Amino acid sequence: MQRFSCPFCGPRDETEFFYGGEAGNERPEPAENISPVRWAQYLHMEKNEKGRAREIWVHLTCGEFFVMERDTVTHEIFKTEAFHGERT
Amino acid sequence: MPSTYSAFQLFKEGLKGHTGWAPAWQDADPKPSYDALVIGGGGHGLATAYYLARNHGLKRVGLVEKGWIGGGNTGRNTTVIRSNYFYPESVALYDFALKLYEGLSRELNYNIMFSQRGIAVVAHSELEMEMAARITNAMQINGTDAELLNRKQVLERAPLLNQNDDARFPIFGGIWQGRAGVARHDAVAWGYARAADKLGVDIIQNCEVTGFLVENGRCSGVETTRGEIRAGTTGMAVAGNSSVLSAMAGFELPVRSFALQAMVTEPVKPCLDTVLLYMGTGTYLSQSDKGELVIGGGLDRIPSYGQRGNPPLQEEILSGLLEMFPAFGQLKLLRQWAGIVDVVPDSSPVIGPTPLPGLYINGGWGTGGFKAIPAGGWLLAHLMANEEHHEISRPFDLDRFARGRLIDEAAGAAIAH
Amino acid sequence: MTARRLDSTSEQSSAESLSFTFDGRTLKGRAGDTVASALLANGVRILGRSFKYHRPRGLWGAGAEEPNAIVDITYAGQRTPNSRATAIALQDGMEVRSVNTSPDAEKDRYGLLDRFSQFLPAGFYYKTFLWPDWHLFEPRIRAMAGLGHLDPATQPEADCPQRSAHCDLLVIGAGPAGLAAARAAAQEGRDVLLADEQDQPGGSLLHRGGVIEGQPAGQWISESLELLDGHGATRLASTTAYGIYDHNLVCLWERRRGQPDRLWRVRPQQIVIATGAIERPLVFNNNDRPGVMSADSALLYLRRHDILVGQKIVIATNNDTAYPVASALAEAGAEVVLADLRPEAQAALPDNVEVRMETSVQAVEGKASVEGVLLNGQRHEADCLLVAGGFTPSVHLHCQAKGRLHYREDILAFVPDEPVAGTSVTGAANGAFDLASVLEQGHAVGSTKGNAPQASECLSSYGIQPAWPNPKAQGRQWIDFQNDVTVKDVALAARENYRSVEHLKRYTTLGMATDQGKTSNMNGLAAMAAISGRTIPEVGTTTYRPPYVPVPLPVIAGRRRGELFSPMRRLVLENEHRAADAAFREYGPWLRPAFYGKGKPEDEIQREARQARQTVGLFDGSPLGKVEVMGPDAAALMDFNSYNTLSTLKPGRVRYGFMLNEDGVVYDDGVVLRLAEDHFIVSCSSGHVPGVVMRLEEWRQDRFDPARVVIHNSTPQWATLTTTGPRARDLIAALGLDLDLSDEARPHMSFANARYQGTPIRVARVSFTGDRSYEISIPASRAKELWAHMRKEGDKLEATLLGTEGLMILRAEKGFIVAGKDTDGYTLPMDLGMSGPRKKRTGEYVGKRSLFTEEAERSDRPALVGLTVDDDTPLATGAHAVEDGPKGLRSLGFVTSSYWSPTLERPIALALVDSGRQRIGETIEIYHLGTRQRAKVTSPCAFDPEGERLYA
Repeated sequence: MQRFSCPFCGPRDETEFFYGGEAGNERPEPAENISPVRWAQYLHMEKNEKGRAREIWVHLTCGEFFVMERDTVTHEIFKTEAFHGERT
Repeated sequence: MPSTYSAFQLFKEGLKGHTGWAPAWQDADPKPSYDALVIGGGGHGLATAYYLARNHGLKRVGLVEKGWIGGGNTGRNTTVIRSNYFYPESVALYDFALKLYEGLSRELNYNIMFSQRGIAVVAHSELEMEMAARITNAMQINGTDAELLNRKQVLERAPLLNQNDDARFPIFGGIWQGRAGVARHDAVAWGYARAADKLGVDIIQNCEVTGFLVENGRCSGVETTRGEIRAGTTGMAVAGNSSVLSAMAGFELPVRSFALQAMVTEPVKPCLDTVLLYMGTGTYLSQSDKGELVIGGGLDRIPSYGQRGNPPLQEEILSGLLEMFPAFGQLKLLRQWAGIVDVVPDSSPVIGPTPLPGLYINGGWGTGGFKAIPAGGWLLAHLMANEEHHEISRPFDLDRFARGRLIDEAAGAAIAH
Repeated sequence: MTARRLDSTSEQSSAESLSFTFDGRTLKGRAGDTVASALLANGVRILGRSFKYHRPRGLWGAGAEEPNAIVDITYAGQRTPNSRATAIALQDGMEVRSVNTSPDAEKDRYGLLDRFSQFLPAGFYYKTFLWPDWHLFEPRIRAMAGLGHLDPATQPEADCPQRSAHCDLLVIGAGPAGLAAARAAAQEGRDVLLADEQDQPGGSLLHRGGVIEGQPAGQWISESLELLDGHGATRLASTTAYGIYDHNLVCLWERRRGQPDRLWRVRPQQIVIATGAIERPLVFNNNDRPGVMSADSALLYLRRHDILVGQKIVIATNNDTAYPVASALAEAGAEVVLADLRPEAQAALPDNVEVRMETSVQAVEGKASVEGVLLNGQRHEADCLLVAGGFTPSVHLHCQAKGRLHYREDILAFVPDEPVAGTSVTGAANGAFDLASVLEQGHAVGSTKGNAPQASECLSSYGIQPAWPNPKAQGRQWIDFQNDVTVKDVALAARENYRSVEHLKRYTTLGMATDQGKTSNMNGLAAMAAISGRTIPEVGTTTYRPPYVPVPLPVIAGRRRGELFSPMRRLVLENEHRAADAAFREYGPWLRPAFYGKGKPEDEIQREARQARQTVGLFDGSPLGKVEVMGPDAAALMDFNSYNTLSTLKPGRVRYGFMLNEDGVVYDDGVVLRLAEDHFIVSCSSGHVPGVVMRLEEWRQDRFDPARVVIHNSTPQWATLTTTGPRARDLIAALGLDLDLSDEARPHMSFANARYQGTPIRVARVSFTGDRSYEISIPASRAKELWAHMRKEGDKLEATLLGTEGLMILRAEKGFIVAGKDTDGYTLPMDLGMSGPRKKRTGEYVGKRSLFTEEAERSDRPALVGLTVDDDTPLATGAHAVEDGPKGLRSLGFVTSSYWSPTLERPIALALVDSGRQRIGETIEIYHLGTRQRAKVTSPCAFDPEGERLYA
């Protein structure tokens, strides 16, 4: 059972959170100008970092999305911070 | 001289203290170059190396493994082999694997103990039965064996299932595939290793890939912790670490890594004769030949490369198990572990060329790579040797994501609400 | 072995008050006994048989490490297979049965197998059973394998409670190190939780004794406990910490007398691992015979259970810890020979003990028990052989927490490297084997202040010399007692290149038995080191995985069973529906009336569907989504999130449309109400409410100014009661809502706010049946009155209560979809006949780009169509449309919904079929479980295609 710290509510059990995706995945627009490969990259491709990763999470109980940096191997949490429109 | 395995040989060796057995495979040192190089000494990699030698007659085949062979998901799964899929592309792939598995012990001269005891996927409502019919029909149409079971038929196959009136998940029936079963997972890796070794494949353990050699835009081999190895054609079968390798090669994959847990109970005398999956709980299980119940369930919810289990999901899987089999509450959990699986958006594998010419991939197997090992190896070997797809692997090319042509089993066979 | 209870005077034997059976034989034990100590006191030698060769197995140890004394226990009607006899408190009336034996442990008929052991080496099954087929052999092998027997009638209740706790310091193990740590921390005012797996605290002090701070060990333990209690520490006995998980969560299994076991999930600031060490066997010919025991355990049975394990005892050792054991046993009246393989010892030579230096054991004689011991080649008569092969620190929890190990040559053991953050390892678990250092280490992890308790009159030397398995020695030398792994098996593994320690484990099954190799792993890897010419650290250890000991599944599962495993959402009007004879079924998370009445389900469903078209149906649609989107940017957010433009919707009006995923697939369909310029209500499918809220939130926070639009899910606050049918308006009119219900004022796809007896309600005119329909949304707390009123007025109009099944027929007659049933994970909006927005919309919306991929542009995309058949048998839902191709059958799609329509008096069906729209008018083949039927492709709408009934 991991514990994440919601920037608004403080530390909570992992079961209260949901993974939203890698941070910084800008939605390519407008659709008319976006190649199939670029769109597929936005939709499906992942850095899938082994080690330090920057991710979007949502705290289901308060509904806030936020950014979390953590280690995907050791599960160490480096920081969580409120979400400032960083694209999921 | 490598020995042939047989009851007679076992008897002969028994008389002289088993001193005559040859190594199942030799540990090779890396050569400077190979015609074909396979990255990853799991089931898929070892099978690839074997089929490169056997099907394509390649003489100089090398395989590098960063740890010990069969130490990744091949040695961590719940050993289920089945082809109860919805889409024709999936059935073609997994049924091909199943057919190869059916002859594998004799082909490899190594008993992988493939026990075709059948799998029942149990449905709990009329809606789920409709979905079960949809899947069963698809399987039959696509040419694999499938039956739609009623409640009585399910209970005949697993009499200890929860038959209480107040069961949270009443048994309505299910999907049956009789040719499905379980096998000894380690033996699959070792059997392929031994057979590949016999055909001259170099199996190089404790050799980690640290980078790719690229010449004229083409992959010409790898850098490893034991030096540079050049290769005419290179294939990677490193599920769980696919993204790490692809990052070295300079491209991204549609893969997220998650831990998939598995666990076993203490061994007891036979009490379950089939493989069983509950739609309601998501828990699945079988009883190993040793007597342990081998139990699995859903993925952990948090992307991870940490190969270990986590209590929230264990609690869910095991309470699901007890909901299915109240009598199993008298058993104890003996061991739990996790493997890291490549999760792809459509939960279908990625087999094909990569954006780096000369490098081919077999990965993205999600929770079900073990069942596909013989096919995965066969198809990757085909790609590496011929530089083009086998017809079965074509739909699983990476290009499907840009084309929008996903093969999403969950989408086709989802349980409606 | 002639073990006996020492104080068996007549007075004392009355203490043997607990009656139990072993393999059917009635025996006596006393309070405080474990099953193992009771069997030992009764002189029972063979407690079971080994897994593979059915070798007789006797008691080895006294704790969690026990490999041999595995028994099935039936007590109070409940079976517990594979119980570790050393860990189970004896109860009056227990039935104890040996495992893997037939008919019993003594006379096991499969004992014969051992004679064929030479043909059954490690991994023999990989080399044979290839012809004709594994399936021929497997059933026999399965029947031979397994240990205990499951009892089908034992179905434990879901009654194990689970507790979560926080503390400053969790001390695991109440031996000297743990007690010292707990004392020190408690005295500093830290919140301490002390857990120990034994039924009483003290650990090795209870049998090793010693003097601490001038007091006998027992007194120091009591004083320490008082001190801890005084500081408010929590103490748990019979509690095993079995796993350390992410972020240092520790799981504990607590066994309670007369109450169900309990799971503790503890999140401490600091974890002290004071789990002690386990004595390991020495390896020699026939070292698995009953009567060969751990020397440390023999001392434990003497001190704690008054049992002398033998009369003529040989103790074999390579270290000093055997000396106090020898002394104690001699003092208790045994004849003791101490065979020490070292040239000299530092420990005091015990009185009355024959000490033979540079003497080692080569073999044991006797089959069912020890009869003699070969010492330096000479036979020595004995009834018991105790071995003291040195101690292996219990580093399991440290390793589970991802701690590393290093090998210490001086103590021949792996010990923890740097402790993991938030944990410390102390005492014997950390490689400290003398009491003084143990106390010092324990104190130091508990506090940086004060002095550690001082020890005296205890063994201070260890002086271990290597005595690892000798691959060249003669005979069968056992490493894993339960799984029957010998030194020869390790040699075979090495010969065949299963040299990695993980390959060794998996190939030979070394360490994979129910004891998880607690006594065997070190000897196994030492044997591999010797055979393969490597050092022990080069071979390394296998991964330590939880749980530390096998844990009952109900402890982990807790009370999550039935509805606590998977809760159902219930309607506010559930009781009213029950009173009306509703038959409930689950639809998504909701428990809803499927139909009403006590007749045959098919008949009732047909009746409801027919009558709702003739008069009026009353339907409880409360789970329908009511997700409010409010604020100046509400319209923009709605537009972005929907396939259909919603900013053009006029307040007071309703629009039907889709929400797509970014991959273009239809996620949900439903209607949207616009209350005001800046206020929408999304009436999504009941099962999709949480998902719709989440995606609206995601885009709101990601793409919009969160201050200018907010999302509020008000679904649970409102009940939604629906009327449908030609008399629906009459029914609504009868409720006295003061609402103009004329078609001019209230056309289809509009809504109005109104009041019902003073309560604000919303009346929407939308239709999921094709008939004139009105949905009234009312605060849930007032739903009862309104429903009763509607039913009363309904009775006058020959209304029917309409369950979900009947409604399903009505919507299918119209070709209306249920998202997720009539769509799949590929369905794009065009496949459902809605192409307009894709062609016309210019702005961005979720899923847009995905509607223009190569796949989306395919001309043969599936489409939702209707199917009709000539006869009266409805198609099976889940049947496939097929065509014969060059490679056999090919699926063209499948039937998603199929019913008998009571109104049309014929079967109706919906299907997703490739090129469906182009096929309208064609006849296609339908395949179901081997049968074939023909069906004609039609438009999805089978009833009232002109839509006239909306205004009928």
